[in-house]
Amino acid sequence: MHSKYLVLGSSHAALEAATAIRFHDMEGTVTVLTRDSRLPYSPTILPYVVSGRAKPDTVVLRDEAWFNENRIAFVPDATVVAVDPAQSSLRLESSKSWTYERLLVATGATPALPPIEGLADFPFHVLRSMDDAIDLKAAIGAAKSAIVLGAGLIGMHAAENMAKAGIEVTVLELQPHALSGYFEPRASTIIEDVFERNGVRMRMGHTLASVDSQGDGCVATLNDGREIAADLLLVCVGVKPNLGFLDGSGVDVESGILVDDNMRTSQPNVWAAGDVAQARGFWGGMVTNGILPNAAEQGRIAGLDMADDSGLAPFPGAVPLNTYSFFGQQAISVGIARADEGCEIAESGDDANGVYRRIVLKDGRLVGITTINDFVDAGIMWRLIRRRTDLTPVKAAFLADPRTTGRKLMSRDWR
Amino acid sequence: MGTCFSTLQFRANRCDGCGDCMTACVQAKSSNGDGAQSRIRILPAAAGTGYELALCRQCADPICVMNCPSGALAKNGTSGIVEWEADACVNCLLCTAGCTYAGIVYEADIGHVTKCDLCAGDPACAKACKNGALEYRTEARIFNAYGDKEDLFCRGLSACHGCNSELLIRHTMRVVGPDAVVAAPPGCIPGMGVVGFNGQTGAKVPVFHSLLTNTATMLAGVKKQYDRVGRKVTAIALAGDGGAADAGFQSLSGAAERNDPILFVCVDNEGYMNTGMQSSGVTPYGSWTTTTPVGGAMHGKRTEAKNLPLIMTMHNCSYVATASTAFLEDYYAKLAKAIEAAATGMAYLHVYAPCPTGWRFPSSMTAEVCRMQVRTNFVALWEYDPHNGLQFTHAVDNPEPVENYLKLVGKYRHLSGEQVAHIQRSVDDKLAYLQQLTRADAHRRIA
Repeated sequence: MHSKYLVLGSSHAALEAATAIRFHDMEGTVTVLTRDSRLPYSPTILPYVVSGRAKPDTVVLRDEAWFNENRIAFVPDATVVAVDPAQSSLRLESSKSWTYERLLVATGATPALPPIEGLADFPFHVLRSMDDAIDLKAAIGAAKSAIVLGAGLIGMHAAENMAKAGIEVTVLELQPHALSGYFEPRASTIIEDVFERNGVRMRMGHTLASVDSQGDGCVATLNDGREIAADLLLVCVGVKPNLGFLDGSGVDVESGILVDDNMRTSQPNVWAAGDVAQARGFWGGMVTNGILPNAAEQGRIAGLDMADDSGLAPFPGAVPLNTYSFFGQQAISVGIARADEGCEIAESGDDANGVYRRIVLKDGRLVGITTINDFVDAGIMWRLIRRRTDLTPVKAAFLADPRTTGRKLMSRDWR
Repeated sequence: MGTCFSTLQFRANRCDGCGDCMTACVQAKSSNGDGAQSRIRILPAAAGTGYELALCRQCADPICVMNCPSGALAKNGTSGIVEWEADACVNCLLCTAGCTYAGIVYEADIGHVTKCDLCAGDPACAKACKNGALEYRTEARIFNAYGDKEDLFCRGLSACHGCNSELLIRHTMRVVGPDAVVAAPPGCIPGMGVVGFNGQTGAKVPVFHSLLTNTATMLAGVKKQYDRVGRKVTAIALAGDGGAADAGFQSLSGAAERNDPILFVCVDNEGYMNTGMQSSGVTPYGSWTTTTPVGGAMHGKRTEAKNLPLIMTMHNCSYVATASTAFLEDYYAKLAKAIEAAATGMAYLHVYAPCPTGWRFPSSMTAEVCRMQVRTNFVALWEYDPHNGLQFTHAVDNPEPVENYLKLVGKYRHLSGEQVAHIQRSVDDKLAYLQQLTRADAHRRIA
């Protein structure tokens, strides 16, 4: 089989790339290959499928009509096992092979599994695919107690769902605080307190030493020797890009596939984007991050470059960004929350009532903002950071009311 | 061709921050009347004076949609509205991370995001704005209606940079359609290639190069011959002001007096711009031209322009109207009436056509110069037919001083304060006269 453009993966990066290719090249064949059996969906939606808020068949990102309209072939159940850039070809698990002129690897990531004694012998859950979500939802319906290993966004979402379903939940996190990738300890503490008040046991600084299957459930031994029994174990300690199929391909990888600012890999005619890619970080270094807007933007850039679209603006670097809703409350984090040398920090809030704001400035420019129950327009903050807008003339107003001041600045920028 | 969409336009310089738009939005959209729920937000500027806007721009390539993991947001390909579906939304707020304009925001009171939906094509905020700062612009409908129609002129007409006569004739003939015969007397329009180079014409319909003096009568004769052989065509003249107001006037007046079934379009660039910028009968007072120079004795044209469109109402025309290319919806409405009238009688359209080359203003400013002609009442937009009389089609509520128009145009650069005051008086007088006529005609209609 041959396709001028071959896109591996079917989530945000892959779909934005296919869309962008069609902006510029209406004729060349475009094929989307995915290991999944379903029409495209977002991994971000999965916790909402678990909670029942979203239904598996209504969260389709692109339907068959869209693929037909854009004359893009969609091929599910296609797991790639080897890529040969020298031959511009790849091989599937089914031993079918494809050739291409331009290849995008946007295969995302899969759950990382920690080396825990006995884990392999217990039917634990993960949450990365729709099937995982459907399984977990069913398991929650049957369980009375659960352990969530890992207090990242997926783990916290799942723990909330379980608590709302009436399950006794314990969250274990090796780091001293939940969501430490996105929030500072003070913000994390506010969030942890909300979980505790809603009946979730937050055991920070803990992990699992071993798991023993017992009947339908398990007894888990913590690293401090304590034991917890549970019917259900959800492992979500992070994700790692799936890179095995690139062994021997010559595509350079570190923690992900290394790409330049046009999402090109080290091999000709091979691009990578999204969670599988390791791209420029906004403040330097090469980073992998599982952040949806970054994945979509990278996919867009890759698609434009693959189609030789001169309208391409190179990737300016990944800026961390998260919007997180928990128990009807909202936390927003844009940029870096930690304070490097030379940073100026403005913190305010009312911890007891769960209201918090932290603004980090460097050289008069925004580098990070975190709020809890104090809505700011994440998109505006994101752009203030990316444009390195000098806030010096409006600093007092910005610190006092970042939301309104940000909106004014952006309106001015637009005009 | 793609689809164009109507849109809300915000003119910050007209906004006085009264907040009526937000009140109207809350009344139309909020669940509890809370002012904080307005989907349009007017904000005092961060620095200096003036007002800023936070509102969904209904982006062509919306990042909120790109960021949505649940399929709750989509760009409607027909209306252009970025639509939000409550049932599909999971409240993850990633859409807000995609928006630069605070166009989609979380409302704590109601527990989900909200955004402007343009009130399904009839936005309450624009109707509430008394200053014209917010306007719902629907010109896109013109593109959607006519964008796919064949352009009846070839590519590469050699009009000057920034010429709106080319824009005008292409628009006009798209609407008139291929069943037409075009008369083009000497002037810019044939000059740019409409009547052809090297044995080929620039028009895809029959076109003839009449004389300056005989356009209307010759066209009326040609039309008569088409009628005689049973072919239904629109006979249309695309003339300059020289071919209409000066040398062309005798034949134009005669055709109008006989109510000959033709559509005569006068593209008024206030002089002979094609042949070296000489003055014509419709060149306004004070204008620099090569025959009304600026020097020790003379300071531009000494006499007023004659009001040709008004003169045309004093004939027996079936339809007369003035138009500006800055107000295309207005022009299209008049063009439709003119085409209909021209099937049986004389229709006359007087379209003002500022000329960047001859009037000395930057070619990028043509549309703005057209707009300012109307906003200052230097040009009044009206229409006339024998039954309804004269009616304004775009009355200007708060006209700007004519000086704001004059200072955009190089041919007025030399004007003294006295001359500017003279022009302002003349604008006011002409408008007052038109107002008298419209009032008299309104009384007549009622009686």
